[in-house]
Amino acid sequence: MTVARTYRGARAAEGPLLYLSRAQRVALGEWVIVQSPGQPDVRGQVIDAGEGVTVVQALEETLGLPPASARITLTGNLAQAVVGRDLLGRALSGVGDPKDGLPRPVGDAQRPLWGAPINPIRRVPPDDFIETGISAIDGLNTLVRGQKLPVFSSPGLPALDLAATIVEHARAPRDEPFAVVFAAIGITARETHAFLQRFQQSGALERSVLYLNQAEDPTIERLLAPRAALACAEHLAYVHGLHVLVVMADITHYCEALREVAAAREEVPGRRGYPGYMYTDLASLFERAGVVHGSAGSVTQLPILTMPDGDITHPIPDLTGYITEGQVVLSRELQRRGVFPPVDVLPSLSRLMNAGIGPAHTVPEHRKWADQLYATYARGREARLMMAIVGEAGLPPGDRRALAFAEEFERTFVGQGSARRSLADTIEVGWRLLDRLPSEDLLKLNAEVLAARRKQWRAAGGTAS
Amino acid sequence: VATLQVFEETAGVRVGEPVVPEGLALTIELGPGLLGSVIDGIGRPLARLADLTGHFIQPGTTAPTIDPARRFQFTPNCATGDRVEPGDVLGTVAERGGFVLKVLMPPGRSGLVRAVHQGDVTVSDAVVVLESGDPVTVTQKWPVRRPRPVAARVEATRPFLTGQRVLDLLFPVAEGGTVAMPGGFGTGKTVLEQSLAKYGEADVVVYIGCGERGNEMAEVLHDFSLTDPHGGRPLMDRTVLVANTSNMPVAARESSVYVGLTIAEYFRDMGYRVAVMADSLSRWAEALREVGSRLQEMPGEEGYPTSLASRTAKLNERAGRMRCLGRPEREGSVTLISAVSPPGGDFSEPVTQACLYVAGALWALDPALAHQRQFPAVDWESSYSLYADAMACHFDASVDHGWSATRARLLDLLQRDAELREVASIVGPEALEDRDRLLLATAAALREFVLGQSAFDPNDAFSPPSKTFALADAAIRAFDAGIEALSGGAPFMDIPIDDVRRALANLRDAPPAGSEAARQHLEDAIRTAASASASAGEKKAHP
Repeated sequence: MTVARTYRGARAAEGPLLYLSRAQRVALGEWVIVQSPGQPDVRGQVIDAGEGVTVVQALEETLGLPPASARITLTGNLAQAVVGRDLLGRALSGVGDPKDGLPRPVGDAQRPLWGAPINPIRRVPPDDFIETGISAIDGLNTLVRGQKLPVFSSPGLPALDLAATIVEHARAPRDEPFAVVFAAIGITARETHAFLQRFQQSGALERSVLYLNQAEDPTIERLLAPRAALACAEHLAYVHGLHVLVVMADITHYCEALREVAAAREEVPGRRGYPGYMYTDLASLFERAGVVHGSAGSVTQLPILTMPDGDITHPIPDLTGYITEGQVVLSRELQRRGVFPPVDVLPSLSRLMNAGIGPAHTVPEHRKWADQLYATYARGREARLMMAIVGEAGLPPGDRRALAFAEEFERTFVGQGSARRSLADTIEVGWRLLDRLPSEDLLKLNAEVLAARRKQWRAAGGTAS
Repeated sequence: VATLQVFEETAGVRVGEPVVPEGLALTIELGPGLLGSVIDGIGRPLARLADLTGHFIQPGTTAPTIDPARRFQFTPNCATGDRVEPGDVLGTVAERGGFVLKVLMPPGRSGLVRAVHQGDVTVSDAVVVLESGDPVTVTQKWPVRRPRPVAARVEATRPFLTGQRVLDLLFPVAEGGTVAMPGGFGTGKTVLEQSLAKYGEADVVVYIGCGERGNEMAEVLHDFSLTDPHGGRPLMDRTVLVANTSNMPVAARESSVYVGLTIAEYFRDMGYRVAVMADSLSRWAEALREVGSRLQEMPGEEGYPTSLASRTAKLNERAGRMRCLGRPEREGSVTLISAVSPPGGDFSEPVTQACLYVAGALWALDPALAHQRQFPAVDWESSYSLYADAMACHFDASVDHGWSATRARLLDLLQRDAELREVASIVGPEALEDRDRLLLATAAALREFVLGQSAFDPNDAFSPPSKTFALADAAIRAFDAGIEALSGGAPFMDIPIDDVRRALANLRDAPPAGSEAARQHLEDAIRTAASASASAGEKKAHP
């Protein structure tokens, strides 16, 4: 890398953009520090390295900055993040400044913020799970190590609450080393405060790193916060061998920032004004999940996004869905019924689930058990629609049973509240719902599985309906 | 000013860096050792890159596509004094797993053979020296954007057997044909592409992961390293993977499709049947758009370059069944199956439409079917195949002369089922006539046991045409028997629908060894259905 060079005076400033003439051997993406008398330092990076003019995008407020008298230092380095084990327990800003009043972390390495693509040949197909403590996820849409499984929310739904609950409850099975990296993007001051307090009280902070980008912070910092979080996660996973769960909320704020920055650069807009490269850009975040050969750790992602107006075909959820491996969908209807977390299991799907469940990981009958819960609940939901037309008495008996099942399923299985539920408890709660159904309603379970359960259940004093 | 498109990450590139022109369009090295390898969108072998830079791909790393140190056994097929022309088979190299790689005289070169070298060679050793002194090696280079020359295009008359009932029976594709397979996310495009790669009848598979998920490539690599369903060796021994995942550089994503097609044409020129899975062309088109917008080209629909349709057409035209250049005379084919990822699942978008202008078949994947867990989620109402008639002739002759009639009946039943279901959703199924209820029940069985197929069930992942026909034919004969029984006065309750369903399920899931018993069971069920009418008659006579 080239050494740092300092220049006095930018030719012009335009919002967050500074224009420099005369700069030599400028690198794309080079990290820049802008100093001016009586103003805090402003950090930025080179976004356009022309022969005559260099364009620097500031990451911080440029209001009041006098371009002509500013001292502009091109550091010679690309954007780096300080990473290390000592970041655990810390709350940082989107660019890594302390937010918890403690000194700046020292770290044990620096990693490029933008990362590099994992060589596909070095990836290990994901094959074990992470327990989130949420039944609707662990039981029916199991999160697998190395997977990226987004939560699709709608405005007004408690997505951030769910994110915080997962940050508190998640763990790796068999007590394997585990950490959470939480990137909050564009959240309000109130939420920031609430998160910090909550994680301190619950003790979750000890094994977590928080990157908190607040709504009032500069837009471009939103683009850096998840990358700083991922650089840290990669380091903890591949150098320290931890299983790292990265929770990112809210990707919608991230995409808005991406659009804003693209517009400032006068780029040709794509669908709904979002840049044409949004797919690639989102992929550069989501594809940083994975497991690599010869490393004990893994990076798993749980991004959370708000579907504008609840529209799943909006570019943000649409492009996300094409990159991620499934989705967990939150439902307004369940929220209205007072179910927390309001996960609608029907449109939800974890594509990698089969790789992380079964005899080697959870319980042998997991797949059949989940298929049965899903099928009966789907039938119950259909019956609920039918009931609106023909009335409950007009439904065939099987549909009536499924209808009662669906109510109970939403209330107890999905609606667990904010308490943690272990995987064993999740399986048991599911079984208790199935126990009440006659075997003719349980065609997804094969005879042995059902007989084994019935025996166990009768031994515990249950009776078939 | 010359504008360069860089195939790697440009962060950190400085003003004033030296630029060295190679004097060549993007070319790829073709030769032995390609099979079984994983390369990126510009032909770099990923295994070698991993040796050089570890888990992450760092910019500025290069490695030749074919390992220069690797040694191959060359067996000549020509002798001193022979006159050799473009495409002539000069000799062979035995690849891993017994695959015979033919060493061809490169296009555009010919001459008299002065010397032939047998045995142990590397890619830089001459195996044939011409009178002019020109050496010919086991490899050749080819610019990826130019189609490799052939003697002639041949009419497509044979099917590319997919082993998927809904495809082989309803929407077959010819060997050398092209298919567009659009579907929103979660409709099972990738699972279907992988099934087709695994079970489709081809000598060589080129799988292009263009802008898709890294974990999927890991899965393909892992799965394909296991046993080939059509032979005892790993499938990877006859596969080339082109992996340019969504987080790898965009420009190399655009070129990955051309690299894959060039490799496919190379094996076609040896006289092999090659299947190309492109997953997905939308990512290729987006790469075009991204590059176009950075060049500030005038955008066409939805920001795609106006050349999208013509480029898509050219790309699809590289598929086909061809008579190859050179001696001995031989035919080879490239069958191209392209996944398309329409935004929001809306097929009216430009990439899907551009593919439909040229593709010979449309396999439309439907989110509603996927949601009902009906897989493969190929929508039989909107899909089509222009090869259907020609292929039906082939199946009539090779499987059963009733094939095309059964296909027509099946389509008709599904059509009537769609209409009846609409009626039933208003008046309730109980209010329908008995024959209509039987039709609904039959169509449900067809959907579940004939059109539905599990990619993960070892006994059903590949359905040979005889099994496909047996299932469809039995379901329809059971329906006819039931209708006859109803006309004979039998009550609806007496039609053994559940028996037929069970028997269909048995045959579907039976291992090849048990299929005879399952077929017998199915015939019994049909006989029971037919006899329902007779017993109804008896009941009337003896109340």
